[in-house]
Amino acid sequence: MKLLTLNFLTCAIKTCKTSPSSFPLHPQDAELEIVESDVNMAFLRNILPRLMWEELRGITRELGLPELPETAPAAEDLGEPSQVAKDLHRLLLETSIREGKLVCGNCGHEYAVKEGIANFLLPGHLV
Amino acid sequence: MREYLVRLVQMHESFRKAELQALADVSGVEMHIIKYEEDSPFCVIGLPSDKAAHAMISRSILSQGIYELWGHGRNYNALHASIKNLSPSKWNAYHETPFRFTLDSFRGSRTPTEQRDIVESFSYLEFAGPIRMKEADVSFRVFEDYDHEAPEPKYLYMGRFISGSGRHAKTMYDLKKRHYISTTSMDAELALLTANIALAAPGKFFFDPFMGTGGFPIACSHFGAITCGSDIDGRSIRGTGGSARKGQMGKKDVEGNFRQYGLEERYLGGFVSDLTNTPLRITTPCGNEQNGGYLDGIICDPPYGIREGLKVLGSREKLGDKERATHHDRCKEPTYIPPKRPYSFIAMLDDILAFAASTLVDGGRLSMWMPTANDEDIELVIPTHPCLEIVSVCVQPFNKWSRRLLTYRRLSDSEVSQDSLHMTKKEYETGIKADELNGFRRKYFEGFKEFQKLRLETATGRRVSDESTELEKTSN
Ligand SMILES: [Zn+2]
Repeated sequence: MKLLTLNFLTCAIKTCKTSPSSFPLHPQDAELEIVESDVNMAFLRNILPRLMWEELRGITRELGLPELPETAPAAEDLGEPSQVAKDLHRLLLETSIREGKLVCGNCGHEYAVKEGIANFLLPGHLV
Repeated sequence: MREYLVRLVQMHESFRKAELQALADVSGVEMHIIKYEEDSPFCVIGLPSDKAAHAMISRSILSQGIYELWGHGRNYNALHASIKNLSPSKWNAYHETPFRFTLDSFRGSRTPTEQRDIVESFSYLEFAGPIRMKEADVSFRVFEDYDHEAPEPKYLYMGRFISGSGRHAKTMYDLKKRHYISTTSMDAELALLTANIALAAPGKFFFDPFMGTGGFPIACSHFGAITCGSDIDGRSIRGTGGSARKGQMGKKDVEGNFRQYGLEERYLGGFVSDLTNTPLRITTPCGNEQNGGYLDGIICDPPYGIREGLKVLGSREKLGDKERATHHDRCKEPTYIPPKRPYSFIAMLDDILAFAASTLVDGGRLSMWMPTANDEDIELVIPTHPCLEIVSVCVQPFNKWSRRLLTYRRLSDSEVSQDSLHMTKKEYETGIKADELNGFRRKYFEGFKEFQKLRLETATGRRVSDESTELEKTSN
């Protein structure tokens, strides 16, 4: 799963979802993989306003990746592409979690990631 | 506005106008349909330019190409008169150009001699350039539209070729040549068509909550979208065979499908989840404040479960304290299987609409397939949500049942009727069973039972790998 996915994922437990600390999920014991690709400018421009910047910064810190700037770049900062755009693309669309787990900051439930696929099926007592 | 002739294919008729309109929308082109008949593959539209015509049709699935219309008429005399009246100003540009001049007879045929005579009847155009059957600089085509087994065509068109369609993608993504599919994969033509109608395009973000082997995400990525999907059955995403990571041979999975088409850059990934317990961020429902949606499109063919019925996470009976404790203790064991319970397809349709309303951006689209028994009462009913406006309804008829593609547009919050929103809220709050309240649900449910019976009958004798999920066995 590419890291951008984490921008959209919360805990799957209904009673947890309403709590702010259920987002973002925290990657743990993550084995990362980078597959380089051309910068998709159209997509970066479109997705930029939909990024939860503060939370993304937190995730990169937890993963030990290069720190994101304090504030989100503006659309015009992306250039054709600028270094900011290249870095952002590298982080969101070229880096993926192959193995590890995603942990809810509210209830502590762990979602396993195996071969790049996260499993959000809830056990019987949490549905 | 200039007139163009679209040479459609004569199949999936009820999808053709919806596709044309979607292509105009996604290309940001103003289009007017001037002439369209369900029983003809010739459609005349008004467009601002050749460029607009190319932008639209180059990604069309249900057409063969688009032509600048030079003339039309009921017979050859009328056609020639029309060309001489409408297009003489255009002739000059092609007097010396290497060209090609061909005939397309729909539901009719012409002998080589007749064909030559027809082409020669256009000699007044004074095209003196060399004739090239291949790599001509400009191509002209005469179109004959016949009624079934009629001796003479009922209508004629002549035009200059502008652009071929995107129909070749149908062959490129043919399931027969795809690395990894299941018996329920939708054929490539319909998947691509769905992606077009949902406005998949470069820069956009699309999601399929019932991705199976990834047919819809692949189709959307073909048109440039970044895609993501989920499925309650993890095996469909993980695939079969050994671990691809360890370089073993024989691994077949969704990721491999994207790789087969060189689209892996556009695949965000798949995850295992149930839509009724989705891990995706659900933003404030529409009608208040700002739309926090992040998906440009959702396309899906929801499971309707023929054999075992549709299932979602949860237990059939409410768990007691002791059972809850057992699940709690065992859920980290690799052999643990999360319990699933039966669920109604109608409730799932409501869930999909609610999910779409809270995750789509303004103007984002939901394209959803839905089966129905062929019954007049059911034909007209469509599930609704106050934040979603129906854009098109396309029907693929079979013998006793049909499949419909419903496409909705997420309204911007200022467009949402507060009254209807209030009504919906009230329905939920009072807790009355949805089936009893809503005419659609009642009628559809009756028809749906009939439909399931029909499908079971047709399925006898061969194994139907239905979408109803068996228990997840591989891991938790
Ligand atoms: Zn949680």
